[in-house]
Amino acid sequence: MKLPSCCRTLTAKCLLLGCCAALFISEAVYADSGIISPAPQRAAELRHLLREDCGACHGLTLNGGLGSPLTAVALAGKPADSLVATLLDGRPGSAMPPWRPFMSESEAQWLIQQLQRGMTP
Amino acid sequence: MSTRARLAAMAAGTLVLLAGCATPALRGSGDLGVVIERAAGSVQVVSNSSNTMLARVDGLGDLSHASLVYSRDARYVYVFGRDGGISKVDILAGKLVARVMQAGNSIGGAISSDGRIVAAQNYSPGGVKLFDADSLALLADIPAVGDNGQPSKVVGLADLPGNRFAFSLFEAGEIWVADAANPRAPQVTKYRNVGRNPYDGLASSDGRYYIAGLYGDDGLALLDTWQPQAGVRRILDGYGRGREPQPVYKMPHLRGWSIAGGYAFLPAIGHHSVLVADNRSWQEVARVPVYGQPVFVMAEPSGRRVWVNFAFPHNDTVQVIDVPTMQVVKTLKPGRAILHMEFTARGDAVWLSSRDDDKLVVVDTATFQTRQQLPAANPSGIFFSWRAGRMGM
Repeated sequence: MKLPSCCRTLTAKCLLLGCCAALFISEAVYADSGIISPAPQRAAELRHLLREDCGACHGLTLNGGLGSPLTAVALAGKPADSLVATLLDGRPGSAMPPWRPFMSESEAQWLIQQLQRGMTP
Repeated sequence: MSTRARLAAMAAGTLVLLAGCATPALRGSGDLGVVIERAAGSVQVVSNSSNTMLARVDGLGDLSHASLVYSRDARYVYVFGRDGGISKVDILAGKLVARVMQAGNSIGGAISSDGRIVAAQNYSPGGVKLFDADSLALLADIPAVGDNGQPSKVVGLADLPGNRFAFSLFEAGEIWVADAANPRAPQVTKYRNVGRNPYDGLASSDGRYYIAGLYGDDGLALLDTWQPQAGVRRILDGYGRGREPQPVYKMPHLRGWSIAGGYAFLPAIGHHSVLVADNRSWQEVARVPVYGQPVFVMAEPSGRRVWVNFAFPHNDTVQVIDVPTMQVVKTLKPGRAILHMEFTARGDAVWLSSRDDDKLVVVDTATFQTRQQLPAANPSGIFFSWRAGRMGM
């Protein structure tokens, strides 16, 4: 995606602050994590999936339902790797199903990062 | 001026007077319904005679998971929101008339057989609360602490005759029946170890049976309330045996519409099939292969056919099972993310909500043709007023 230079600067600033909504970021690499953001259209699809389909159990606002809350506070201190594994492969013995058929490993890493940063879908 | 012309002029004058009057024209509520608009926190009041929206009521909070019950005069609905709010809406006036916040995280509710008690089922703090149907004043609180000493989420709340309510405890695996003859001091009978993780429950439309679907076990739990001393027994035990379970991307929903014409039609968990049981012996009589994980399995009011919608990623599809042959006879693709279906009182039409296409689709059940499509913002549940007179709804 081509952005005007002013936007690119803005994006860089947002990244630096770690506070920018994924809306403005495409194919950007977070310097601290190495996690690649999906292209805008795919990011929108993943946010829709998170909101509607994860939300079926975890709540549209991610404050929990039959599934546990997925807010930044609820996920604080949990290792990202194990959250990514739960997302991709489910949790046996619980109602959490595997989402691997619907997303790649890097997309799962990005989603978990977004959740831990407090993204509201 | 001829007599006819004079009469016409008088009639026109009367109409003008009526139009200018503050009192709206009288109408019944028997053909009305309420549709949840989940993202906007609003509901639509719709007519299933004219297939139109009559009013929109907003300010109902977080309706991301919402259900409602009708007052027995079918004038009011009590909407139970995810955020623990109960909103009482006058559907004839199209107005929110009362609202209370009663829990942190709620899932649904029920209304007593005498219409005076509204019960809310809550995830957090887990339990059931009873309210006065007029004022929404709290009458009683029943915390759902199971035999294990832990609080449980409450699922599958259903009204039973005699101002009783049945419900299930998700974590504890129990079924409780609360007798609210004295609504300020309900008496609770507890059935322990009914199975792992009941995810929803239903009362049969005669109020005799209560069935809980089990997420963690291969079967369902049945309580015959005519023989409570016999306890809860397992039915359709081991329906998935020998087959690898498939992931479940949305929990099925159970209600009294599943039982019709001598059969119960129930969603299998983790299998793309509808289970059919005889509704007296509770033995399995058929297993109908379907397109995906069933969410709602709803018999037409006649009991002649059963409509099924599905969990993600198969939620663009609705299938129709013919009861005499126990086979799928129709597959429809009415829109993206079909979340709910609701029949008119006598089943001439079914309304479908398409969340991702922001529309309601009215389908003629005789021809499967679309009669009407109506705009709706992210619609989920559709609830018609015939529920007011039905047990378990």
